[in-house]
Amino acid sequence: MTAPLLEIQTITAGYGAAPVLHEITLSVPPRTIVAVLGANGAGKTTLLRTVSGLLRPTSGAVRLAEEDLARVPVEHRVRRGMAHVPEGRGVVAELTVDENLRLGGLFRTDRRDARRALAEVYTLFEPLARRRGHAGHQLSGGERQMLAIGRALVGRPRLLLLDEPSLGLAPRVTAQLMGLLARLRDDTGLAVLLVEQNVRSALSVADRGVVMSLGRVVREADAALLRDDDALRHAYLGF
Amino acid sequence: MKRYLWTIGFGVALFGLTCLLPSFQNYQLATVAAYLCATAGLTVLTGQCGQLSLGHGALMATGAYTVALMQSAFENLPLSLVAGVLVTVLAGAVIGVAAARLRGPYLAGVTLAVAVVVPGIATMFHDVLGGDQGLTFYLAPPPFGYDFPFERWQAWIALTAALLTMLLLGNLAASRYGRAFRAVRDDEIAAQLSGIHVARTQVLAFVVSAAGAGLGGGVLAVLALSVSPGAFSLTLSLFLVMAIVVGGLGSLAGAVWGAFLLVALPDLTARVTEVVPLSPALAQRLEGNLPLAVFGITLVVVMLAAPGGIQGLISSALTAKRGR
Amino acid sequence: MDRIVFLTVDGLSRGAVYAAMALALVLIWRGARIVNFAQGAMAVAAAYAGHSVTAATGSFWLGFLAALAAGLALGWLVERLVMRHVGHDRPLNAVIVALGLVLLITAVLGIVYGNEFRPAPPAFDRTAGFAGLSPYDIFVFLSVAVTVGALAVLFTRTKAGLRLRASAFAPEVSRLLGVNVGGMLLLGWVLAAGVGALAGMLIIPTEFGLHPNAMDRSFVVAFTAAVVGGLDSPLGAVIGGLAVGLVLSFVGGYLGDQVTPLAIIVLLLAVLLIRPDGLFAARAARRI
Repeated sequence: MTAPLLEIQTITAGYGAAPVLHEITLSVPPRTIVAVLGANGAGKTTLLRTVSGLLRPTSGAVRLAEEDLARVPVEHRVRRGMAHVPEGRGVVAELTVDENLRLGGLFRTDRRDARRALAEVYTLFEPLARRRGHAGHQLSGGERQMLAIGRALVGRPRLLLLDEPSLGLAPRVTAQLMGLLARLRDDTGLAVLLVEQNVRSALSVADRGVVMSLGRVVREADAALLRDDDALRHAYLGF
Repeated sequence: MKRYLWTIGFGVALFGLTCLLPSFQNYQLATVAAYLCATAGLTVLTGQCGQLSLGHGALMATGAYTVALMQSAFENLPLSLVAGVLVTVLAGAVIGVAAARLRGPYLAGVTLAVAVVVPGIATMFHDVLGGDQGLTFYLAPPPFGYDFPFERWQAWIALTAALLTMLLLGNLAASRYGRAFRAVRDDEIAAQLSGIHVARTQVLAFVVSAAGAGLGGGVLAVLALSVSPGAFSLTLSLFLVMAIVVGGLGSLAGAVWGAFLLVALPDLTARVTEVVPLSPALAQRLEGNLPLAVFGITLVVVMLAAPGGIQGLISSALTAKRGR
Repeated sequence: MDRIVFLTVDGLSRGAVYAAMALALVLIWRGARIVNFAQGAMAVAAAYAGHSVTAATGSFWLGFLAALAAGLALGWLVERLVMRHVGHDRPLNAVIVALGLVLLITAVLGIVYGNEFRPAPPAFDRTAGFAGLSPYDIFVFLSVAVTVGALAVLFTRTKAGLRLRASAFAPEVSRLLGVNVGGMLLLGWVLAAGVGALAGMLIIPTEFGLHPNAMDRSFVVAFTAAVVGGLDSPLGAVIGGLAVGLVLSFVGGYLGDQVTPLAIIVLLLAVLLIRPDGLFAARAARRI
């Protein structure tokens, strides 16, 4: 077993007095997709925000490649190889597709590779190349999701934090997206922490699954096991 | 009922106090009372209803000029003050109707424009308003004979106005209108959903606070026995905002603190500069500007460190004590 | 006919300065959602600094540069020491703090320099020449055009510009992408204060001279210009500035100078009540 890329250790976090997350512990090894599942209000988005540093945990630790991130500000985490694609609002609507993508590589010092990464994203997401000059708000839901993920990939992350990428997408587009994640994992060794309400899609590509309920991890297992666990599905995932 | 008893009690105490104080202190007390009319009005608008006005100096000017003109024409003080309030209410209603459609920085900008532009009107209508020189007028001697100190008489006029203002605004804050003000301040949409007519409420708040400013300006004119545009510059408007913020937004008690500070701080800085030996030129520059600087710093520091103002600090100290 | 030419040129020349000031307001509004009510006072402070340098060195241009530098420095100070720490729970907070700064800056200038008007002679001749343009008008147009052009290039063609725009539109996402949003905010304040200082240096010589309150009215006009253009739109600010300059010039020319103050209020109210988002506001981009 390789050392985990991301380690979340007994973190408690929230907004104001009442914590949303209670002592969450989980880890993501490299070249692995971990799906975080659970109903609305389970704390999935809060978990991602805590990992990327938008929210400060009241206790516990987040480590990336064995480095404690407590003192690493949000804007420096992307330099450590962490990319967070937030739910829904990831695309800067006022900027063009090209500007959005370039924004994803601005932090990089290796200019040449940043340009190469940008070109790769355009190859990967054909529709974006055709809409380079369009403003973010002119894109369809699927294109926006592509743009948000593509922008993260321009930074060549080791770890991708994805928040509800299937939200508002047609099932076919969702399936393509999940296929892409699997391919990135296999080809580049990308690790993904995938928050999803669409359990079926998420478990179709995930290696591991974590079920959250009311801010706690209630179950953690191989994705294949969760797929077949009827009782769990009924109790927490509702299908 | 309790409020009326308090007011009468305060009134008796204050009127008694004027008999003990020397005339200069009485004059200062009267000035505090005049400012209090305006700061209490502004507190209703900004603190309770959530609309910032930078134009209340201009509204005070409206009241002051009306009183000056009415005094010159009729020499009837109650009539002059009532007219001052009414004319200012009218001006306030005009601004208020526009203001009810504006939010945040836009409202601040419009009222700032009013504050900057209005003093120029005195020059525009030079023949009636006396231009930069302003107007002077005459106030009948107190009805208690010529021995009665004139400053004490002015203090009585100002205190009556201030007590009346505080009583009325206190009643208003406790009434359903006061609740509507606060509801609109906290959440316009929620207020609307609970059946409050938001625009009408905001106009009402503006009108009420204009009345306070008009009365305050009128009383200030009665104290100086003159009016001039220089007395009602943008700085006065900013002073009023400073006063209610530092006193504590939203509570009428904060307005009292604010009015007190408006008189006390310049006095204090003047005393400090008197003690320190300075060249006459520097002393002259400090005289007008040091209070301004102190006000400015106070405003910034209070907003950064204690947005609740003096009254907020007192309240939290009291609750902390009770909580123990 | 001559009169129309004169009023047009004079209106555009003043309008260009209002445009620069409005642009400075827009810069800060876009980044921080704050209308910097202290901008006029900050510009006056910068102008006084330039005045001192000119008095000490005898060189107008050294003073001019010093004023610009002072403007930039003041923007840096105000953001770092004050505005950064303002609570965001009420939108009034920032306005009130800015007003506190107005009081403070005006008072300090009054203490250091006195409250008398000081002569601030224009750098070039103001008598009209070819096509009604005076050398000073040309200087104003060139300065403002260069500034606006430089800002346009900075914002649309450079990496810093992309960062500035991104952090203004979507601060949280920008942080996630490694943009130092706090730094961009600071940069916005510094740039805006620099542009404001330039505007002050251009307009003060055309009025009564240097005084702690010299920019009060100009600030109100610039605010009007920014509102006319829509507080979110840099292009709108430039057009709004020119338009407001023209309107005020013609009102002053045909109805008398005393009327211009009232015209400012009427114009501001009319725009706010008819088109509160500004006449030239880009259609608000749909948020996703």
